[in-house]
Amino acid sequence: MRLTGLQKILWAAAGIATLAYGAFMVLSDRAPLPVAQAAFRPTFALPDAEGRLRTPADFAGKHMLVFFGFTNCPDVCPTTLSEVAQVMDDLGDDAARVQPLLISIDPERDRRLGLAEFVTAFHPSILGLAGDAAQTRAAADSFKIFFEREEDPSAPDGYAMSHSPALYLIGPDGDWLRQFTYGTPATEILADLQSRL
Amino acid sequence: MRTLILATALALSAPAAFACETFTVGDLTVEHAWSRATIGAGRPGVFYVEITNAGDTDDALIGLATPAAGMPMLHETVVMDGVASMPHAMSIPVPAGQTVALAPGGYHGMLMDLSTALKEGDSFPVTLTFEKAGEVTVNVEVLSLRAEGPDCEHAAQ
Ligand SMILES: [Cu+2]
Repeated sequence: MRLTGLQKILWAAAGIATLAYGAFMVLSDRAPLPVAQAAFRPTFALPDAEGRLRTPADFAGKHMLVFFGFTNCPDVCPTTLSEVAQVMDDLGDDAARVQPLLISIDPERDRRLGLAEFVTAFHPSILGLAGDAAQTRAAADSFKIFFEREEDPSAPDGYAMSHSPALYLIGPDGDWLRQFTYGTPATEILADLQSRL
Repeated sequence: MRTLILATALALSAPAAFACETFTVGDLTVEHAWSRATIGAGRPGVFYVEITNAGDTDDALIGLATPAAGMPMLHETVVMDGVASMPHAMSIPVPAGQTVALAPGGYHGMLMDLSTALKEGDSFPVTLTFEKAGEVTVNVEVLSLRAEGPDCEHAAQ
């Protein structure tokens, strides 16, 4: 069981609310509601490699590409990080207006193995954040993402992580804009970003 | 023997040579064996390959061995209900007349307990054990951290 029934309902409700609001904005000829009432603004407060607490306010005015992952993940995570790296390369000068973030869901081990060294090997612009258990859970809950540690004697260090592998796009005012499902080609992510920048 | 075989002059003149080599055992053809560079040896490496079964008997990949890692295992990345995990795969079916790929986002060899960091341009041997065809050893080329697969001229895309 990956998602609880309640989580599925919450996801569905969030999706329906977003769609309904979009339809309202498109169809209504009345003045739109204040955006703050409808916007979904996921948040986090997590330390970077130097121990500085980073929050979305640090990146105000930029688009954020947010990925939850861990560095002991040789298959899924490098694929997404490589795509993000390719997007950043291809954005050229506009890359300065996009901040890619990897939020570790395995923060203790990632801090030990070196998160900054790992993410910057893909692209120097990627910032790795690794908090404590409570900060990590709070960030995941805020983004409505799932992660779980599973005890597995045959895995490295005796446990494996499962997680939502999508990439999330946050707007310059902190609004959640969309997600890119795992495996979305870099060209598609690039085209979407270029249409917004 | 835990030393990696370094790709030397050959790799310099033909960068894609190792991953594009073809190996055969019985009715099976094994090619495009590659891995990704790692940052240090503390995290697991990965192993990808393509296996074609030209025979009329189903076979299955049941094990990996390599001097590059103390604990190589077969894994399958599964994305279910929007959640990715990578359970251990007891065996990977290689049905008659089909090609099976260990590729990003699906089946992969998980190279745990690396002997040393995998560097782009290096190569190392991996012995694959099949249920029926037996064993075959292939050279695995280490591609860049950002690689999505080898670029072989004959590779059908
Ligand atoms: Cu794996």
